[in-house]
Amino acid sequence: MINFLSNLDGPVELGLLYALMALGVYITFRILDFPDLTVDGSFTTGGAIAAVLITNGVNPWVSTLAAFGGGMLAGVCTGLLHTKGKINGLLSGIIMMIALYSINMRILGKPLISLSGEETLFSSIDAIWVMAVIVIAGKLLLDAFFRTDLGLSLRATGDNHRMIRSFGVNTDVTKILGLSLSNGLVALSGAVVAQHSSFADISSGIGMIVIGLASVIIGEAVLGNGSIFRTTLAVVLGSIIYRIVVAVAYEIDWLETSDLKLITAIIVIIALVVPTIRRSMKQRSMARKRSAELLTGNQGKGGAA
Amino acid sequence: MLKMNHVSKLFNPGTVDEKIALMGVNLHLKPGDFVTVIGSNGAGKSTLMNIISGVMKPDAGEVSIDGSSIGHLPEHRRSRWIGRVFQDPMAGTAPNMTIEENLAMAYRRGSSRGFQIGVTSSKRKLFKEELQRLGIGLENRLRAKVGMLSGGERQALSLLMATFTKPQILLLDEHTAALDPARAELITKLTNEIVSDLNLTTLMVTHNMEQAIRLGNRLIMMDKGRIILDVNEERKKDLTVEQLLGEFENISGHKLSDDRIMLG
Repeated sequence: MINFLSNLDGPVELGLLYALMALGVYITFRILDFPDLTVDGSFTTGGAIAAVLITNGVNPWVSTLAAFGGGMLAGVCTGLLHTKGKINGLLSGIIMMIALYSINMRILGKPLISLSGEETLFSSIDAIWVMAVIVIAGKLLLDAFFRTDLGLSLRATGDNHRMIRSFGVNTDVTKILGLSLSNGLVALSGAVVAQHSSFADISSGIGMIVIGLASVIIGEAVLGNGSIFRTTLAVVLGSIIYRIVVAVAYEIDWLETSDLKLITAIIVIIALVVPTIRRSMKQRSMARKRSAELLTGNQGKGGAA
Repeated sequence: MLKMNHVSKLFNPGTVDEKIALMGVNLHLKPGDFVTVIGSNGAGKSTLMNIISGVMKPDAGEVSIDGSSIGHLPEHRRSRWIGRVFQDPMAGTAPNMTIEENLAMAYRRGSSRGFQIGVTSSKRKLFKEELQRLGIGLENRLRAKVGMLSGGERQALSLLMATFTKPQILLLDEHTAALDPARAELITKLTNEIVSDLNLTTLMVTHNMEQAIRLGNRLIMMDKGRIILDVNEERKKDLTVEQLLGEFENISGHKLSDDRIMLG
């Protein structure tokens, strides 16, 4: 354990690499209220685009940006399937995820591309610092965006689409925009993860959506979900905490590496179920308390105007 | 201002469940008209609202505002001219966003939305002034989430959001029906003040007969998809609830039935 604590920068670094993906999942899952499974495909797309460009001698920053663009394009496709094709949201994501598998294979040309010896974002500067700058900049830009008129209408699309339409917003457009921004961030994460691990692999995106959800939910459990500023911070923190939990799990002898996905699923289940149970318990005890009060004639205060 | 000519709408056409929602409705509103709409369950009042706002497309007929036809425009393109308050207090506001953010979205009604900051200090000042008009202290809670407000407060905010950009047409769809009597009365009072201050052309559906008579300068009664009675300002002044109910039975041949109807 002591050995582990002195080695925290490993999980922190990984947490930052995947934080971009978690921010993307946060946009669809929490802001748009749209569980988007495209993520599993677009994460790989990001890694594939960056790896192919880098191995062809393109500047790593340009390659990473191109990955962001590729992810956005995938998001636009999911958005079009859902809004114009009127396909159920969950299904639109699944369809794109499957379609992207073939597309990713075409981009990569083979199941795995090695980046060892190539010039990457992390060749000259320590990954943890590069990532800290990218993640903080991404988080702050996202916060600023969600305060603009366009950002507000995107948030309202998830919060009350009927209301925002009555004020003149085409919610099809805001949904497509949100999905493309989200998958852009996911692909960006895929690109930096590929450069960090020195390879891009066709299966790297499997289960990514659940890891993203785990990060969002853990972050919200720790920091709460108040303002946008606080929630995006919570998501980044959640991503780091998730990696620490995983690192702890690796310390346990009888666990296999392949158990990781099960552990992630269990974290998500706990994080989803516990707040619901707690809320209903709180409500029940409140109701009991209030009825007791009302019975004894101590009416207290009702609601205000 | 608003013109509807021969507007018809059927639900489930050609099936056993076929239902006439609107049948050949003609309605012309002059600028500044405040028309109250009453009618029994399924009379077509909500369909009328939905067709004007563009939630539904008419099967036949013309809808125009200020002389230009809007029948082909989707809801979000019409909102430039049309403000709307729904019956459900949850429907008109975004609960997880703050009061000032909600107002900022309403402020941009019908105009393009880009990367300008939504809530600026000058807009915040304007929002405060507008909220003061409601007189329920919301001006001191600009950064509170709307989900924390009571139904009455949310409906007052919805009313403000629908009106403060002065839309050409204001649609009120039983907007006091879900509130308790005291809060309903507050919203009714605010509605009257705002509509007359801004001289808004208004169409208000209500199930409260007394309110329908007291408010506005014209009253229309609907039954089975048609407008069966149109009462002008002069006649409306001396109208009583009993007369109105009698009139309805005379014309329609059945009693006015609405499980939520309120006589006084």
